[in-house]
Amino acid sequence: MQAEHVHPGQRPRQVYLFGTCLVDLFFPEAGVDTVSLLEREGVKVIYPKDQTCCGQPAYNSGYHDEARTVARQQVRLFPGDAPVVVPSGSCASMMKHHYLDLFRGEPDFAEVEALSRRVYELTEFLVRVLDVRLNDLGAPEKVAIHTACHARREMGVAGDADALVDQLANVERVGFTRQTECCGFGGTFAVKHGPISAAMVSEKVDCIEAAAPDRLVGGDCGCLMNIGGHMRHRGSPVKVQHIASLLWERTDG
Amino acid sequence: MDKPTRQFHVRIQEALNDPQIRANFRRAMDGLMTKRANMFPDPDELERLRDLGAAVRRNALAQLPELLERLEAKCAENGITVHWAESVDEANRIVLDICRRHSAKSVIKGKSMVSEEMELNHYLGEFGIEALEADLGEYIVQLAGQLPSHIVMPAIHMNTRQIAELFAEKLEGVGYIEDAEELTKVAREILRHKFFDADVGVSGVNFAVAETGSLVLIENEGNGRLTTTAPPVHVAVTGIEKVVENLADVTPLLSLLPRSATGQNVTTYVNMISGPRRDGERDGPQEVHLLLLDNGRTRTHADPELRQTLQCIRCSACMNHCPVYARIGGHAYGTVYPGPIGEILMPQILGCEEVGALPGASSLCGACGEVCPVRIPIPKMLVRLRKEAVDNTGASPVKGGGAQRSFSEAATWKGWEKVHASPALYRLATRTATAMGGLPALGPLKTWASVREVPKPAAKTLHQRLEERGNSR
Repeated sequence: MQAEHVHPGQRPRQVYLFGTCLVDLFFPEAGVDTVSLLEREGVKVIYPKDQTCCGQPAYNSGYHDEARTVARQQVRLFPGDAPVVVPSGSCASMMKHHYLDLFRGEPDFAEVEALSRRVYELTEFLVRVLDVRLNDLGAPEKVAIHTACHARREMGVAGDADALVDQLANVERVGFTRQTECCGFGGTFAVKHGPISAAMVSEKVDCIEAAAPDRLVGGDCGCLMNIGGHMRHRGSPVKVQHIASLLWERTDG
Repeated sequence: MDKPTRQFHVRIQEALNDPQIRANFRRAMDGLMTKRANMFPDPDELERLRDLGAAVRRNALAQLPELLERLEAKCAENGITVHWAESVDEANRIVLDICRRHSAKSVIKGKSMVSEEMELNHYLGEFGIEALEADLGEYIVQLAGQLPSHIVMPAIHMNTRQIAELFAEKLEGVGYIEDAEELTKVAREILRHKFFDADVGVSGVNFAVAETGSLVLIENEGNGRLTTTAPPVHVAVTGIEKVVENLADVTPLLSLLPRSATGQNVTTYVNMISGPRRDGERDGPQEVHLLLLDNGRTRTHADPELRQTLQCIRCSACMNHCPVYARIGGHAYGTVYPGPIGEILMPQILGCEEVGALPGASSLCGACGEVCPVRIPIPKMLVRLRKEAVDNTGASPVKGGGAQRSFSEAATWKGWEKVHASPALYRLATRTATAMGGLPALGPLKTWASVREVPKPAAKTLHQRLEERGNSR
């Protein structure tokens, strides 16, 4: 699936931020750094305060009525035509692609469809819409990127995170074995199939550690919570962060 | 958790704890992924081919009843007798009847997943007819008294050492030979005689062509050709979905299937079976039968979304690329078709009571959908089948729909809905979590915490921080 653009070549004056529930509760820094990055580009960021969750956990678990009720609560928070920027490939894909399935045949389908066209994953928005230029002020370091499966396969934005990190002059981007394989998070999968998920994340961390990066960044806090949680459990020295934090930290003069 | 689901989790745990299984699958799947990737160096060509493959399969399914009738008529013209079986029982009885008419004592088999679906070997065995697998992988698995762990490479769960041990133990006069080529020779020697002794040959079908009434069968070992030509009777068994409209439709599928499956440009053998031995011909069977099995497929076909399951050409790319399959292997699924395609297919065949938990064993990473040569949206269908498994409308089109619904899980999601549909409740919940500074590692969090640090709520939520920053509205 390739993301569809409704703002080709235009620099929007304002955007909405859909922060996601994981960022809200566990990684607010990633959300704040996202706002900082966007505002530095001269974009006004509006954060509708009644937002909660995109609905994906219930949707992926098969509870679609429950997911729809929650999704509907979000849909009405983004009136007008400003882009909706999401610092998560997975939640962005839920809103951009899966909402269409969830609302097919519903009376508000047209509204949902219009919203879905305005949804962007953060790195996609920074690269393809804002065409940001980053001035790296940080010390030399090695950074590995874990791109979430939904960012890679549903949003088609894996290259955008790479492109942003590559703009950082003092950062060496390092790859690792089986980089495109899932980390084993998968939302409720990590709980329902804990043992498989554990096997996946421990092998993922083996591969990352073998590449010896100073930092691992990603665009999805679910994966980061999984990978980072396991790294801390085993005492890994690698620092784990949302990509927005890496970008802001190294370029904030 | 119901009994089948509990057993599923037990099998998963056993597989994860078995270093041999872990190593064998990881090595094999890494190899298969690399081989496939090397076969498709040009992404544009691959996407074009996938479009073609998907179009051919969708076209065939869009006119399935008509094409099946045409296939039957054409086959009849060619001298192939067509049989229809709604259920596995019916299919087994048909094969048994054919065997009995020929007083068959032994059946030689080419690789056929539908015959696995039928548990044909076991069935014939009960009537004193020996069915011997002639595909090397199937032969090994049969010798070991196991079932295939992979739909294309049935013995992929075993390494050379394990096969050498098996042969030394089970085959008379065969010592321990830890050499793949030598082991193959041993099996070949034994099987070669069996082809000529067998009364009936049973094979699968990759594509049944309605236009010409021909059965396309691809393979690498020549056992398919021998099975379908040496014995006096050939019975081809397949699912009703394997029909394609025209001979030309086979071309893109033949290009996609071996490349997606084993990373081969073309298989060693491509058999096109268009009838029994004709007057003046020196070889070939005297009788050819085509058995078309339904076993839930018509039901699947009736639902436009679920119908896409039937596009499958059984290449195994989805399981080869599945990070879950790579770790638990095929046997853990406990079904004839394992991996992602099995997770969407088996609940439709066996029903949600028995295997409704299968679609849950996926992180929805999408690797399966990305490689499927006929563009089955497997991840989407996994979600769809999860929905059917917990359906509460009573109108699920899937057998046993709703069987996995539990009161406690449904209540949990109801509670989740209440909190997340109400900004006030949500704020209350998140502020409470931040104030408490963490969650106790109980219940489902226990598994999480066994290998990970439990995430701690931030001191202030993003809601709070952006309100302070002036971004909230």
